[in-house]
Amino acid sequence: MAILEVQDLVKEFGPVKAVNGLSFEVQEGTITGLLGPNGAGKTTTIQMILDLITPTSGTINVFGLPIHDNREEVLGKMNFSSPYVSLPGNLRVRENLATFARLYGVKDVWGKIDELADFFNIRKLLGRMTSTLSTGQLTRLNLTKALLNDPKLLLLDEPTASLDPDIADRTRKMLQRIKNERGVTILYTSHNMEEVEEICDTVIFIDQGSFKDQGTPTDLVKKYGHKDLNEVFLTIARGSEFSKEED
Amino acid sequence: MRCFSPSLVDRNLAKKKINTMRWYRIQALIIRHLYLFKRSMPRLMDIFFWPILELLLWGFLSLYINKLNIVGFNAVTVLLGAVIFWDLLTQSQRAVSVAFLEDVWERNFLNIFVSPLRLSEFLASTIILALLRIVAVGLLMALIAFFFYHLNLLIFGFSLIPFVLNLLVFGAAVGLFTTALILRYGTSAQVLAFGMLFLVQPFAAVFYPVSVLPQMLQWVAYLLPPTYVFEGMRAVIATGMLPSGLLLGAIVSNIIFFVLLSWYFYRSFAVVKMKGKLLKLD
Repeated sequence: MAILEVQDLVKEFGPVKAVNGLSFEVQEGTITGLLGPNGAGKTTTIQMILDLITPTSGTINVFGLPIHDNREEVLGKMNFSSPYVSLPGNLRVRENLATFARLYGVKDVWGKIDELADFFNIRKLLGRMTSTLSTGQLTRLNLTKALLNDPKLLLLDEPTASLDPDIADRTRKMLQRIKNERGVTILYTSHNMEEVEEICDTVIFIDQGSFKDQGTPTDLVKKYGHKDLNEVFLTIARGSEFSKEED
Repeated sequence: MRCFSPSLVDRNLAKKKINTMRWYRIQALIIRHLYLFKRSMPRLMDIFFWPILELLLWGFLSLYINKLNIVGFNAVTVLLGAVIFWDLLTQSQRAVSVAFLEDVWERNFLNIFVSPLRLSEFLASTIILALLRIVAVGLLMALIAFFFYHLNLLIFGFSLIPFVLNLLVFGAAVGLFTTALILRYGTSAQVLAFGMLFLVQPFAAVFYPVSVLPQMLQWVAYLLPPTYVFEGMRAVIATGMLPSGLLLGAIVSNIIFFVLLSWYFYRSFAVVKMKGKLLKLD
């Protein structure tokens, strides 16, 4: 069952077509990787799904509803996390979480914060100023914020970027726990193909704003006759580069 | 392609079309800013220290002018009244602009706008913050003016309410305009958050009557809502009455400004979303 449907999505910034007729679906209860080289249109697509960028044309349905006309209803059941977007450093961790819990209309603000603080093991951090947290702690805090409203769909933009291998591994395990224990569907961008192979049920490759391929990591590796997803990525990314050179 | 039926995830989602502002979201943003104030010295200074310093400066200047015995001119009442009302106006404008900039400075803008928060709720929270700032600063300045310079703001009687409300609304409208410019032209335009109102000050007859201005500038002055407030303030000091024409002028011009500048803000937000510039603000 598709929880997110993107159809014929186009985004033009002046003469540049950042997204060019992109269509894909994300099935409920999966972790789906949205992959592609830099400038492929991943971030623009995610921002259009979050209604932060208005598409030039095409439709985005989340939970069966067009996001643009049902922004409040849909965003209330979604959430987003990115290491490139911070929570205010000049607030304490618990103040930040309380602010977002209230924004999402969480009934029992402190109860929900306690529950998630235990889930992510950040109880000891609640009284700390957010600016004093380490990168790994901030990642857990961002994920805590992203689960405050018990989202059905979670959009993650490179959640393990700039994390050391240990923290990145813990984060991946946390994401799998989020999916398995809380039934959250996750759409995920990353440049780490090993990570994608490890946690994604399905991956969607895009390049130059267009859909290139979709499947399970295992199926795609087989289909392209490579030894791992990294090589599949290189084939797709360099394929477009070669075609550009031929032009 | 299998179509996702809304009823399979949440039957209420499709039925429930939310069209009203939600107080809990407005409250969330107000409380968040109050968290900031309780531990930020620069923010507290902006509300309490600088206005007091300004009041002391103009207060001593007024005492000096009064010693010159200019017939029919009470500098303490006219100048300090103007300083206090001007400060209320700037507090209102800054509350709106800086509330927006806080999220830009903290790279929190996207977190806020991927929540179900409506733009109108964001604006409502900033206007309520502006009102809170005006009340806090107004009370403090009124007390200091009373104890140090024997200026009793209660001489303005009920006129105080329309004066303050008009300054609140015009300040908020200019705050929206400033915010729209920052949205469109990026954070390099943020200096406007602190200086925009000074472009208005020479024409708004803050410290002198409109009649002092050249004829052409008088027309400009009467386009601006604060002009009616400051003219009204001087009329109350001189006659004890607020001419209804001035009150009406303030209300009508304020409505026009607020509607136009709010429209510009909403339009700018839509343009920025279209150009993908929201992401580049952080």
